[in-house]
Amino acid sequence: MDDTVIRIGHGSGGRLTRELIHEIFSNRFGNIFLDNLSDSAIIPTSERNLAFTTDSYVIDPIFFPGGDIGKLAVCGTVNDLCVSGAMPKYMSAGFILEEGLPIDHLARIVESMASEAKKAGILIVTGDTKVVKRGQCDKIFINTSGIGYVHPDRVHISNGSSILPGDKIIISGSMGDHAIAILSARENLTLEEEILSDAASLNSLTEEILKVPSEIRFMRDITRGGLGTILAEVCEKKTFGIEINENDILVNRSVKAICELYGFDPLYLANEGKMLIIVQKTAAEKIVNELKKNSLGKNARIIGEITEKHQGRAVMKSIIGGKRIIDMLSGEMLPRIC
Amino acid sequence: MCLGIPAKIIKLDGDFAEVSIDGARIRIGLQLVDDIKEGDYVLVHTGYALEKLNEEEAQETLRMIRDLNSTDPENKDFTE
Amino acid sequence: MNFNEDFRNGTLVKNLLDRINEIASFPLRLMEVCGGHTMAIRRYGIQTLLPSNIDLLSGPGCPVCVTDQTFIDKAITYARNPEFILVTYGDLLRVPGSFSTLDQEKANGADIRIIYSTIEALEIAKRNPSKKIIFAAIGFETTAPATAIAILQSVQMQIDNFLILCAHKTMPQAMEAIMEEGISIDGYIGPGHVSAIAGSKIFKPLTDKYKIPVVISGFEPIDILQSILMLTESRLGGKSGVEIQYKRLVTEQGNRKAQMILEEVFEPDTQYWRGIGIIENSGLRLRQKFYRFDCEKQIPVNVVSGPEPKGCICGQVLKGINKPPECSLFGRKCTPSHPVGACMVSSEGACQAYFQYRTEVT
Repeated sequence: MDDTVIRIGHGSGGRLTRELIHEIFSNRFGNIFLDNLSDSAIIPTSERNLAFTTDSYVIDPIFFPGGDIGKLAVCGTVNDLCVSGAMPKYMSAGFILEEGLPIDHLARIVESMASEAKKAGILIVTGDTKVVKRGQCDKIFINTSGIGYVHPDRVHISNGSSILPGDKIIISGSMGDHAIAILSARENLTLEEEILSDAASLNSLTEEILKVPSEIRFMRDITRGGLGTILAEVCEKKTFGIEINENDILVNRSVKAICELYGFDPLYLANEGKMLIIVQKTAAEKIVNELKKNSLGKNARIIGEITEKHQGRAVMKSIIGGKRIIDMLSGEMLPRIC
Repeated sequence: MCLGIPAKIIKLDGDFAEVSIDGARIRIGLQLVDDIKEGDYVLVHTGYALEKLNEEEAQETLRMIRDLNSTDPENKDFTE
Repeated sequence: MNFNEDFRNGTLVKNLLDRINEIASFPLRLMEVCGGHTMAIRRYGIQTLLPSNIDLLSGPGCPVCVTDQTFIDKAITYARNPEFILVTYGDLLRVPGSFSTLDQEKANGADIRIIYSTIEALEIAKRNPSKKIIFAAIGFETTAPATAIAILQSVQMQIDNFLILCAHKTMPQAMEAIMEEGISIDGYIGPGHVSAIAGSKIFKPLTDKYKIPVVISGFEPIDILQSILMLTESRLGGKSGVEIQYKRLVTEQGNRKAQMILEEVFEPDTQYWRGIGIIENSGLRLRQKFYRFDCEKQIPVNVVSGPEPKGCICGQVLKGINKPPECSLFGRKCTPSHPVGACMVSSEGACQAYFQYRTEVT
């Protein structure tokens, strides 16, 4: 690693983030649980498998169309657990508060968390609060940990060990809504069709489709780094490849417009309430129909499949039929003029 | 060069205009163009309108390409 | 009429591809000189749809790629001064200077801000009267008018803390330099937005001298394919000259108002193009009466630039002599997250476009 200081790109969820994790954290903390780098660690105990996850929330602005940092903190934790096949049970919440933060902002955020936790059926059982001087953090940072239980027949879901050529790739809805909701709040953009963050707890969705766990090969929530990064990661160094169709990826009109304006690629935008699911071929249609019954999955679609061709690479057929390789996001996406 | 986006003039405001880029509203400068009316389409680059877009020419371009395959039964109307 | 979607229509794409396949029975090397075209070709996978005898080469039309190290070194020197705010388009942030990048300097605490428009740059200048706002002015004929407007508005609004570090470049001279090098090209996919401002007429001397066709192209897939078809037809018919595919935006005369604004503020200058070298009259500098906005004249800095990185063949790539995978650093030491040369930094640079949208699919 030739960087001597942390850059914004290290937090983008793409290649730079991965390099940082590998070169600073993994090689020091290294153990079989961490090395998997999945959304939750699955830890076998004498009684059952424990899913254990952690996350930090530093978003700015803290209130945005569709939610706030508190709602995000609960949804994010729940989602890291449920896409690993776990029933989310308990979580912690640690708060770092900036001197000067209005208390009623804090109250609103905590109310959001309580309401979301109730919806998701997760209990916030322990917490911590620290206050730092003005300027030493940006209003409020939240750190969480979450615990859930994973039935033995779901353990394969977080590591993708049972993915096979022929399996279908499903995403649960439109891409880029959260990123654009945040951007529009930050930059004061006016959108004729307002975009709300899609932040949502997905465990109601996962429970429905996990009725036959063997049909589900792999799940991931599509957060920073976007769909493109996950697709590239899933097949990297594997003996299978991925093929997807750009035509099947739903992007809302306003999201598309902002992407055109700034030169962003919707494939790499962050979401907070969308999943990638790789499923057994014969179960694909059924699972899409199950997802569609839930409002959180109403725009679920099959977007592609696992293939024996171009091993280790994810390839997308563009809307005009040409092909391109999908790589991980490298650093942060910068607005471009060119 | 590059990243130029078609935008529709919604409201004029002196040297500036509010435009809609497929539903996203931004404010741009009109200092490089003349005779802009509400409803016109312009090409926007780095926050300025570079030039007006000519709808007739656009239709003509599409028609020419459609006619490349004159036995094509489809006859899409591109003003829809 | 939807100026985006209608120009991505699958049926029309098929019509164009069918026709191209019918008539392109001989090898054809076509160069696109606009980063926007490089991007679009890669994004839509256009090369994968063309018959194998048509080879698309990427030229020097990515302003980031041709920005030399010294420009970045100077920008960094200014940015490090706590009395200055450096404002720049996002494209420049990761371009390698001799020793650092603006991104790294930002991480180290320099006040460097990304702007989308020179309108924002002036607002920052007004809000920070005690600081000097320095705008890194890159881009071709498409982008230079925005800089010119900012200068004229600074005069009008009596803004006295706005300066530009100017590296604007103009296209036709670079295209000529490539022809002078003897690089074999059968035709140019011409820059659509440069031409919208300057008019397609600026390419006439080139086509007269070298007897090749130039088709001024839009940026949607249908535009690029139609331009390729027009170039193929020209080649078949032994024709040369400038044609306009992008008729909905480009005329022979161009935007006279924008041209006059450019002429008022700028005059031609000799510029150094990274990878190509010095090209006479290929750039713009401020006219004498606007010297007070010229950062280098007002606050000269002395930078000692390092050598270009060893093994980097960006210059060869920019001229279409080599393809990105032929560079020994490509994909190894030089990747989008850790770029060595400028071609890998910009999402329009040939190397990054190649990396992101690689077409070696079986």
